[in-house]
Amino acid sequence: MTRILMKGNEAIGEAAVRAGGKYYFAYPITPQSEVGEYLAKRLPEVDGVFVQAESEVAVGNMLFGGAASGKRVFTSSSSPGISLMQESISYMAGAQLPVVLINIMRGGPGLGGILPAQSDYFQATKGGGHGDYRLLVLAPSTVQEAVDLTMLAFHLADKYRNPVMVIGDGMIGQMMEPVEFPDEYKEDPLPPKDWAIVGCKDREPLIAKSLFLDPYALEKNSFVLAEKYEQMRREEVRYENYKVSSKNRMLVISYGTMARICQTVIDELEEEGISIGLLRPISLFPFPEKEIHAEAARKNIEVVLTVEMSMGQMLEDVQKSVLGKKPVEFYGRTGGIVPSPEEVKEHILKLLKAKPAAKKTAKTAAQKPAAKAKKPAGKKKAK
Amino acid sequence: MVIDLKADPKADPNITFARPKAFTDVVTHYCPGCTHGVIHRMIAETIDELGIRERTVGVAPVGCSVLIYNYFRTDFLEAPHGRAPALATGLKRVSPELILFTYQGDGDLASIGTNEIIHAANRGEKITTIFVNNAIYGMTGGQMAPTTMPGQVTATSPKGRDVNTAGWPMRMSEMLATLQTPGYIERVAVHTPQNIVRAKRAIRRAFKNQVEGRCFSLVEVLSTCPTNWGLTPCESTKWLEREMSPYYPLGVFKEPPEVMEV
Repeated sequence: MTRILMKGNEAIGEAAVRAGGKYYFAYPITPQSEVGEYLAKRLPEVDGVFVQAESEVAVGNMLFGGAASGKRVFTSSSSPGISLMQESISYMAGAQLPVVLINIMRGGPGLGGILPAQSDYFQATKGGGHGDYRLLVLAPSTVQEAVDLTMLAFHLADKYRNPVMVIGDGMIGQMMEPVEFPDEYKEDPLPPKDWAIVGCKDREPLIAKSLFLDPYALEKNSFVLAEKYEQMRREEVRYENYKVSSKNRMLVISYGTMARICQTVIDELEEEGISIGLLRPISLFPFPEKEIHAEAARKNIEVVLTVEMSMGQMLEDVQKSVLGKKPVEFYGRTGGIVPSPEEVKEHILKLLKAKPAAKKTAKTAAQKPAAKAKKPAGKKKAK
Repeated sequence: MVIDLKADPKADPNITFARPKAFTDVVTHYCPGCTHGVIHRMIAETIDELGIRERTVGVAPVGCSVLIYNYFRTDFLEAPHGRAPALATGLKRVSPELILFTYQGDGDLASIGTNEIIHAANRGEKITTIFVNNAIYGMTGGQMAPTTMPGQVTATSPKGRDVNTAGWPMRMSEMLATLQTPGYIERVAVHTPQNIVRAKRAIRRAFKNQVEGRCFSLVEVLSTCPTNWGLTPCESTKWLEREMSPYYPLGVFKEPPEVMEV
């Protein structure tokens, strides 16, 4: 394993190739165009396919056709481009086809801007397109994690026969960080792709479709999808705890680049004697609801703070997780503004001052075993 | 002459008309007098003749022929409205050994899917498109299409198509033929037996081009819609001849390259 310095967008492209993503269809859009530029050079080296489509609408539908083959197809885009793909994403979810979608988010709504944002959370986690479906959504906070999650995304797409989105703010795509790629790509065994459209030699013809005119058949298909989403909720919740302990007066929930800024704030406040924990969701769907609920319920936690580069989208999932156990507050900037550690800190101090200080008792400190509180990562660590 | 739709014509020389192997043994949902059935059959015969059933994948449109996948014994994809050429592009690029054909109506190809067909043709995708033009939206109940004739009464042009506000009917074959990229584009019709024979020849050519890895191929088929035209099947064939043929001339608009360069 060698450590190299790489731009996020290029590292994502390389990660996809390493995971067997050989078929890439895309349309250029800032701030992720380097993914396509990198792959235009890289894919021919592995006998892969690079197609620059006429629009993101076409991209989504090329993915639909390509995904039906059972081979690993993917795209990358940014917010307005992802909006244009929603039609085909809904169709692919309905037809149960695996595909990997990289969304390097920029500010919206509309044409918005080209600077980092996290304002596509609703679109990514709540559907985006029409119908009863979900995407499995993974949110990296470093370039290394973008690599790891991109590779994992291909595996999960095949495991669930469902579109998987890797969602990073523009910062993840644009910054350079040291990354390591595994020398050899390994993954758990997957079920055979007996659904793949490869021609009907030696079998009955197959149809890749989302059309079920009989309402009972359509409902049955939705039940099949719903069961997969339940399985994701059981098996694919990913998150990371940072300085979460029974001493915490506040639990911060933040993801992606924003979570790293929150870590800086938490370190500073720790030195000032204020204990704050961060729970960083890595999977945005499925969302670490139970984990957030458990941490928020700790006796010393006075308030839960959600920090996002949006006007408050993940906030709703946090509220749903906390279930009124504690007050849930929000801090966010948007439109391409990345909150500074200073302003986040100021907001945290304001919130804590407004609350009565927690009573310090010996009982509180001993409430939770230290080993569990120090656990650095969630149930599943991204491979 | 014996007509036995379930028989194998090769097994019995007395049988002159049998169901193509690429067809399933079901009754279609099409209206009486509709020509989709004739066009389906020509495609199925071609697939049989070229021996490509086991590696052919059709891409179904949205429109009357949305259920085409029920009538063919080949793999199928069911595309969003107008996007069939993009799906075919995706699968053909990933699995070039497959034979991809899209089957699209005029609402699908000439309205919502113009972008996809133009760019698939311009990239020279090695796919085959059968474009069925009946000058109307059929499945949704007879609304005006980009191919509806001037003055033609439809559910959304109750006083007839007004070219001042709806523009003139689009000639897709002619438009696509202006592209520099090599391809094969021909317009045929299915309102008389002679025209059906010519249409079959064009469809066969369009598939053969792909089997030989030659070029993008599109066959536009002028077709009838008695139900939504408000005419009998016989009147419909006459209306096609009288109203559509002069505006949509039949013939080859783009000849495929003679020699394929590899």
